[in-house]
Amino acid sequence: MAKLSINRQTVDINVEPDTPLLWVIREHIGLTGTKYGCGIAQCGACTVHIDGVAVRSCGVQASEAIGKQITTIEGLAVNGVLTKVQQAWVNNDVPQCGYCQSGMIMAVTALLREKPRPTDADIDEAITNICRCGTFQQVREAIHAAANA
Amino acid sequence: MNHTPQLNRRAFVVGATAAGAGLALGFDLPSGGPTVVGAADGTPEVNAWVVIRPDDTVVIRIARSEMGQGTLTGLAQLVAEELECDWNKVTTEYPTPGQSAARKRPWGSFNTGGSIGIRTSQQYVRRGGAAARVMLVQAAANEWTVPVAECTAANSVITHTPTGRTVTYGKVAEAAARLQPPTDVKLKDPKDWKVAGKSMKRLDTADKTTGKMIYGIDVKLPGMLSAAIKACPVFSGKLRSFDEAKITGMKGVEKVVRVGDNAVAVIADTWWHAKIALDALPIVWDEGDNAKVSSASIAKWLEEGLDPAQPAFVGNATGDAKAAIAGAARKIEAVYDYPYQNHAALEPLNATALYTPDKCEVWTGTQDGERAFTAVVQASGLPPDKCDVHKVMLGGGFGRRGTPDYVRQAVLVARQMPGTPVKLLWSREEDMTQGRYHPVTQCKLTGAFDADNNLIGLHMRISGQSITASVTPEALKDGMDPFTFQGVSSSGEAFANIGPARLGYTIPNLLIDHSMRNPHVPPGVWRGVNGNQNGIYLECFMDELAHSAGQDPLAFRRKLMADHPKHLAVLNAVAERVGWGTPAAKGVFRGIAQQMGLASYVAAAAEISVTDGNKIKVHRIVAATDPGTAVNPAQIERQIAGSFVFGLTGLFYGGCTVKDGRIEQANFDTYNSMRIREMPKVEAIVMPSGGFWGGVGEPTATVAAPAVLNAYFAATGKRIRSVPLSNLDIVFA
Repeated sequence: MAKLSINRQTVDINVEPDTPLLWVIREHIGLTGTKYGCGIAQCGACTVHIDGVAVRSCGVQASEAIGKQITTIEGLAVNGVLTKVQQAWVNNDVPQCGYCQSGMIMAVTALLREKPRPTDADIDEAITNICRCGTFQQVREAIHAAANA
Repeated sequence: MNHTPQLNRRAFVVGATAAGAGLALGFDLPSGGPTVVGAADGTPEVNAWVVIRPDDTVVIRIARSEMGQGTLTGLAQLVAEELECDWNKVTTEYPTPGQSAARKRPWGSFNTGGSIGIRTSQQYVRRGGAAARVMLVQAAANEWTVPVAECTAANSVITHTPTGRTVTYGKVAEAAARLQPPTDVKLKDPKDWKVAGKSMKRLDTADKTTGKMIYGIDVKLPGMLSAAIKACPVFSGKLRSFDEAKITGMKGVEKVVRVGDNAVAVIADTWWHAKIALDALPIVWDEGDNAKVSSASIAKWLEEGLDPAQPAFVGNATGDAKAAIAGAARKIEAVYDYPYQNHAALEPLNATALYTPDKCEVWTGTQDGERAFTAVVQASGLPPDKCDVHKVMLGGGFGRRGTPDYVRQAVLVARQMPGTPVKLLWSREEDMTQGRYHPVTQCKLTGAFDADNNLIGLHMRISGQSITASVTPEALKDGMDPFTFQGVSSSGEAFANIGPARLGYTIPNLLIDHSMRNPHVPPGVWRGVNGNQNGIYLECFMDELAHSAGQDPLAFRRKLMADHPKHLAVLNAVAERVGWGTPAAKGVFRGIAQQMGLASYVAAAAEISVTDGNKIKVHRIVAATDPGTAVNPAQIERQIAGSFVFGLTGLFYGGCTVKDGRIEQANFDTYNSMRIREMPKVEAIVMPSGGFWGGVGEPTATVAAPAVLNAYFAATGKRIRSVPLSNLDIVFA
């Protein structure tokens, strides 16, 4: 049994220490907005924040997350008020199937925290999530919109 | 843990929202019988395309599946347009295929492949909206005892014009449900549309930005277990044995089960436990003779089919191409090839099944609810009225989720745990190696010129795999697969179910034929389908012919396109927008391509630069489509942009290879996918010419690769005739 701090709450988990954080979040804590896409930290669908840094949770063991602040897509909006990134996603009608977008939004949120006015080159470097539908054009527009919001 | 989010009820229980009083309208399909059932007595019976709650909420039922392409919103726009309802009060939900089967298929087909979601159901969904409007107005007129002709409907409000009295839809919905539906309704001319044809925002966006949207992988049922599965990696191979004792005692494991004759699954309390136990399970396969097959052996077999002396099915023929080639003043020849591709939808395949001896229900993302339903019926051994499929959002489809093999597996697993719901989730590795791959083909093209450099003959010999022969063999025509000739056929007749895909050139002596050779790797429809390879083969070769004749590639094409004005119009549109004939920026080179596919006319122009001979930067794509009718231009633009990510990913990074009978690429580290850094600026030109309905999700994917490959030739003088570029050490800059 260990305590995990997630989305401003502390939860007890009972898992093997080497369980990937992705599966702890999805199967033990029950938050399914964080997605499984590849399991090898290639696609970014499982991106969460650990102490404010965007991390691919499939590659993090549960034991490594203990004592740190984890934020998932469900933890962005407070009292139902969307963040400016989420709002930009809505305004720009970004998602298609939407499966990658939780991870995309988490990666972008971390980018904007670090670089509030990212250039296209900053975006190219920081955002490496896979989107098979191909929403990149709208993602880029929405990042700039969020930065200017 | 006490935090257990409940399944989104909208996705989960279709019937519940119509349980209260309100209007439930069905209507006649062109070929169906009357199926109108009123819900006026308050019983929770669902029988409708249109349900209106007392609070004026309009629930529009959509049979086709949403997987990102916007069908859900587009079809709702069409219903709402005829219904004259307040768009802001519209929500959607899926009927189940079980409900449809029980009611003589009031919703028609559930199939969402081949870019047919909107175009093959538009007429009857619009009629559904119109019929509902007529009944609502009649109900109001009855209540007021005034002639119906004196009443009008707009924005969910009915007005009695002479007196100015008004009533909202929700107030008369119950009464309307008791009325007989009209036998004939008049549909609006698209030029009068107010909701359809407009760039309305998608209806499903909000939940996709907060993590609330429920995909198949997120389904959660009380007491549910999870299963991981491995099927024989050699297609058509069998499961011989597994050593269950080796994983006995591994945490969470409940059961190890055979699944059909070729797979084994571990059922556990969590999927992660199931997966690591499965990975530790020793399995012996009976791989069979297919284990000897490799990409090289397939390529050799296909190459033999390029010999013109080999028998082939004729897909398009005019004049005498072989004689024209034999007597030509000059001829050129080229051989192209296109590999297997996996769909790699980001959500790995999955389905959750609950089986009891009396009932079998499945929750899954599927592109065809009825095919999934049939799979459930067959795999469960239960009669259809004891089965159902509850559709949830798809995390991508691209053609793969039209094949319900994973649904069948889920039921076969659940049958071995009666009364316990089991979620079967494929690992990414299983998803990559148990695909239904874009078919593998080669193509030999021979062009003949007369002494004045006019193209007088063309022979296009395709050799390779037929999707139809594997997926829908009943659709073969005397053994021939008409679908193979997508984009290069002479008429649309052979494509009755997916719409025409005609060749856009008139060539006096033409022969396009297919030596069908079907390797053991199972093929499937993959976004763009056979237009992907045919687009490269023909459009790159047209470029070769033009350069060979010393002519501009656009001018050369135009001379052959006089009889194909719609093909020409999209080509001209991209040429004009990209500035064809004017100088490009320094170091930037252009390529063009056009094709028809899935009933739409599409063209693309690419601007690229190449450094060190092998680093390509795609600066700009101009893409045009004439889909006949445009239901939501903003969503069409997004489909076009996305289709270039799919098409160019296939060109640069795609390609699944076969070794020892199995697919080698098992994850995104070896089957890469474009990132935002590589995304070109896509300028979409949506130019519906009216009078027909074409697809929009796929067609432009087919011109992505040839436009870029032709630009690469312009930049380097080197002709690429093989996909993917990664094999040639050509990369994104």
